[in-house]
Parts: sequence; C-alpha cells; structure tokens
Amino acid sequence: MDLKEKLVSSFLAFEDRVDVDTFVHGIRSEAIKTFETEGFPSKKNEAWKYTSLNSILKHDYSVFPKQENQIDYNDVKKYFIHEIDTYNLVFIDGKFASHLSQTTHDGIDVCLMSSALNKPKYRLVIENYFNKVAGKDSVTSLNTAFAQEGAYIHIPKNKLVNKPIQIINFSTGSEAALMQQPRNLIVVDENSHVQIIERHQSLTDNPVLTNSVTEIFGNKRAIVDYYKIQNDNQNASLIDNTFINQKKESHVSVHTFSFGGKLTRNNLNFYQNGERIDSTMNGITIIGDKQHVDHSTLVHHIEPNCESHQDYKGIYGGNSTGVFNGKVVVNKEAQKTNAFQANNNILLDDKATINTKPQLEIFADDVKCSHGCTIGQLDESAMFYLRSRGIPEKEAKALLMYAFANNVLESVKITEIKKRINKLIATKLGVNIGFDL
Amino acid sequence: MLKINNLHASVEGKSILKGINLEVKAGEVHAIMGPNGSGKSTLASVIAGKEEYEVTEGNILLHEEDIDELAAEERAHKGVFLSFQYPVEIPGVSVTNFIKTAINANRKAKGLEDMPANEMLKLIREKAELLEMDRKFLSRSLNEGFSGGEKKRNEIFQMAMLDPKLAILDETDSGLDIDALRIVANGVNKLKSKDNAVIVITHYQRLLDHIVPDYVHVLYNGRIVKTGDASLAHELEEKGYDWIKEEVNA
Repeated sequence: MDLKEKLVSSFLAFEDRVDVDTFVHGIRSEAIKTFETEGFPSKKNEAWKYTSLNSILKHDYSVFPKQENQIDYNDVKKYFIHEIDTYNLVFIDGKFASHLSQTTHDGIDVCLMSSALNKPKYRLVIENYFNKVAGKDSVTSLNTAFAQEGAYIHIPKNKLVNKPIQIINFSTGSEAALMQQPRNLIVVDENSHVQIIERHQSLTDNPVLTNSVTEIFGNKRAIVDYYKIQNDNQNASLIDNTFINQKKESHVSVHTFSFGGKLTRNNLNFYQNGERIDSTMNGITIIGDKQHVDHSTLVHHIEPNCESHQDYKGIYGGNSTGVFNGKVVVNKEAQKTNAFQANNNILLDDKATINTKPQLEIFADDVKCSHGCTIGQLDESAMFYLRSRGIPEKEAKALLMYAFANNVLESVKITEIKKRINKLIATKLGVNIGFDL
Repeated sequence: MLKINNLHASVEGKSILKGINLEVKAGEVHAIMGPNGSGKSTLASVIAGKEEYEVTEGNILLHEEDIDELAAEERAHKGVFLSFQYPVEIPGVSVTNFIKTAINANRKAKGLEDMPANEMLKLIREKAELLEMDRKFLSRSLNEGFSGGEKKRNEIFQMAMLDPKLAILDETDSGLDIDALRIVANGVNKLKSKDNAVIVITHYQRLLDHIVPDYVHVLYNGRIVKTGDASLAHELEEKGYDWIKEEVNA
C-alpha cells in the first residue's frame, strides 16, 4: 500500500477516535477529499517542478505511533535555546511532552491544539481562525485532515509577551519510519508582541517525514517575530506550510535557517489584509552532500501602502540542490506598495545547483517592486586579500561566507538565537571563527 | 632577507616579469619605480603569492628559503605583508574582527595561543592612534565605502598590527591627499627597524620625500633597468621615464 492509500484509509479510524461533533469535523472531511483527489504533488505541478518528493514517500511511515515515548531533558537540552527563559511547547513523536514543556494561561494562552480543539472556552477562537488562512493545496489539506496536536498560542490585545515561545517537535525513532503532522495556530491580537522559535528534531537516523502547518494571525498593530531553525538529521524531511494573515499596521517577520535535513520544503505565504503592513522573510541556507532545500514564498499585497522584504542567502556545497521560488502579487488596489526581494547564492562545488525564480504579478501602477538574484563563487580577489594577511584558505572561505550571510543575522532580534545560528554556521562550515558576528 | 634571482613570471600565458634580480637586506628601504605596465604590481603580487601568477623561471628566496611552493598565508606567516593598491571591500566583516582573525591566524601558525582580548584591544587602540584613525572606523565593514585615503590608512594599520618582516607597499600613495600621505608615511617610518625591510612601489617621488629609500630601482618592461640612490627618484620626477626607455632601447 502506498503512503497515499495508507493515509486515506487511516483517516476513517482517526475520525472515529476524535469527536465527530466538533466544528472541525466538516473541515477535516473536506480536506481528506482534496488530498484523496490530488494526492502528493509531483514535478508536473509547476509549484513542485524542482522538488521531487519521490525519495521520501517510499518509506512505510507509521502514521500514529503505538507508544508514548519519553526523553530525558539532559539528552535534548542542546536543541533548546536554554540560555534564556522561554515558554516551551514540546512534542515527542507527535504527543505533547508535559515534562519538557512550560505552558501558560496567565493572561495569554500558550498551550495545546488538542485542548483548543476540544474545550468549549476556545471554541470561538477556533471557529474564527482555524483553517481560515491555511491553503487548500493537497499537502496542507493532508495536514488539515489529521490536525489534532500542535501549538495553540493566543495573545490577547496589548500584551508584550515577556519571553520567547519555543515549539519543538522531537521524534525518537521508536518507529522504523514516522510521519508527523503538527498543526499550529497562533493568534496575536491588537497591539501585542510575541517571539516564537520553531524546531523539528529527529533523534535517530530512522526516516521521519514531517508535514507541518502553521497559521499565524497578526491582527491590527501586532508584532510577530518567528524563527525557524532547521538543522535536522540526514534522514529527516520537512514540508513546512506556513500561512500568515496580517491586519493593518502589523509587522510579521519569519526567519528561516536551513542547515540540515534530507529534504526541506518551506511554503511561506503572507496575505496583507490592511494598510501599512510590513512583512519580512529572511533566510540563510547552508547545505551540502545530497541535501535539498526549497523556499517557495508568496506575498500577496492586497491593500495600499504596505511593504514586504525578502532576503534569502544560500551556500550550497557537495551535490546539494536549492530552490528559491519567490512570488509577489500586487493587487490593483494595492498602490504605493514597496516590495523587495533578493536571493543571493554561492555554489561551492561544481555539482551543487540552485534554481532561483522570482515571479512578480503586479496589477497596480504606482508601486516599487525590486527583485534580484545572484549565483556566484567566492570572490578570488577577496580570498587573496584575506590569505595575504595570514588567514588560511579554509578560514578565509568561511569568513567570506559569514560575511555573505551576515546581514540576514543582523535582523534577528534575540541575541541567543544569533549566537546559536552563528555556532551552527561555524559547525556547518567546519571552522572556528575567532569572533561572534 | 629577500633575494630574487632571474625571476620570470606570467599571467594567463602572458609574460610580464622577464628576469628580475633584487636583493633586500634587513633595515633597508627599496623603492621600485617605473612607468605604467612595467610589472611593478605583478612583482608585488608574485612575492605575496597570488595564485594566478605563474613563476616560469628563477626563484624568490625569503630568509634563504625558496618560497615558490608556499601559499599566500604561509608567506604571511613568514613575515611578508602586501599593502594593496586596491584593497578589497568585504561587507559584513568589521575592521576589528578582520584584524583579530588575522592576528590569531598568524599566532596559530607560530604555535601560539590566541591573543588575550584585553591585549588585543590595547594593541588595536595603540596602532589606530598611530594612524590617526577614529574609533568608529574600526567597527565599520572592511573597506566598504571607505575613501581612497581611508583604505590606504587601513592597510598601514594592518601592517602595524601584523608587524611584518618584509612590507611591500604597492602604490600606497595613490589616492592620498597631503595630510593622509604624511600620516601613512609617518606610520611606516615608526614601524621601520633594523630587523625589517620595506619595498615601496610608486610612480611618484613625493612619498619618497617622507619614506627615504636606500635604493631606487627602475622597472621597465619586466626588468630592473637602473638602480641608484634617493637622488634617482628626484631625477625621474624631473625628467620622466622617457630617457630611461631611450637608454634601454638604445
């Protein structure tokens, strides 16, 4: 039985176990139909032209782990930003891990999707927001059909959340192969500010496929800073589907750091429903071997006087492949839009490849839209300059790559994340640079 | 310290240096002058180890060791320093972080530990003062948006930090106004000692008013065609290079 059939047949059993009377039941049923009709996307689908899922769909994934697994904090501490105080939502093989988590209901809700879906007091928020911005494509629909667990974060108005929230999904390898589908809902009301860090981490070499959906609602004047740290094991793959709905004067930024994993697809979608909105998408990708990372971004400018900023830097070594597909749509009404997009890449080896494709659909006439992409090698004259100062070739290369990626790190607002990314870059490049950027 | 024997070098198959002989001893200052395209910058790059240049004949001895097989960084570790005619801009790396990395790379090559942070800071302040550099300057990205004068001052600042045995100043005077020229020359003079040597490559004699050479060599068409003392620089300033060309071609 292939994975699609297995998922479709699992659905009935799944729906039996959860409450069929809830509001989401109808949504789930619709979603599984979409998935059943469309299946997993193939390379014939224009949006998946450069990313084939074939190699990761062939495993016999367990869809519902049979047992609950425990992890000792000390074994996984390094995956937490543990140097600072944070709220933590930790899941092990898709199940909430209370002993590793720190939730709250004190003025804000940092808790579980499973409770939000089932408890009456969250009903209104679920009805107003659940699946309201998520796409109707087949992989998102697949997640929607099985949506059950994940992070539920609701920040009511005028709250400055005093510490970042970490969402970490661990997989323990207790199954020969595991498919997980976390579902996160984040609602940030008027004038509130929150910082969120998300990570998926497999603890063994057993294959893991994560198909994650995150919906983020930035209401009027809300500020949301979201950091995705992707440095998973070589047999772990991730399809990340993130949908952001912004209301007027809100600022939402998403930083994506892609250093690991077998195959990573980031579908990042911004919808600007209001004026004077700012949307930022920044990314650093450093991969090698046979790794594959695909950033497919969309920003939809719907109303006037809004901005979007995209800056993706990529360093590709070995046989790795990268994709950047950045779509910017500017509606006719969205005058005075400022949309910037940059995708700069360095290829370290002859066999590394990057496919970069900006897609601009502009229907308004008074807009500033710029896009630029570059693909290059390291600058030889810069290399000679550094080496002539006594810096060995390997360190000189690393220094230039740091410099290349540095401006993306400058916009990271949490110092500990900046330090962590810095260390990950150094490890990834196999050097020890004598300073912090 | 440096002995160049019958050096021939080419880039992309084009022969540029055609038999250079030069000996530089510790404590000496040598000026290399010559018209455009005579091979001055090529000579500087070949000594510093730029890979695009191929030595086709002859050799370069540093402290009596043939350096042909050494990479640029290994030559730097042995005390070679090149002040670039066109320093490269490196956005994203501050002057301070760059020089720290360079200092510690050189120490590592000598088997030393990293320089303690406070010692490094003190050294940076001291040398920045010598070059009359503003503190703010040090936190800017390396050479990015620097004026011509700032770039050259930054080169000499790096030289002061790295304390080389053999410094090659490639047209360090170009792009400098009179004040910057004085500051740069003053910096170089303060760094001079009986244990190190300086090669000054220039078109013009004005830098040599400040950094007085022991020898002046004229490079023309890939060869040193004339050698004299400081007075030769004055003569060239007055009469230009045509008479040299005539002498050579005669």
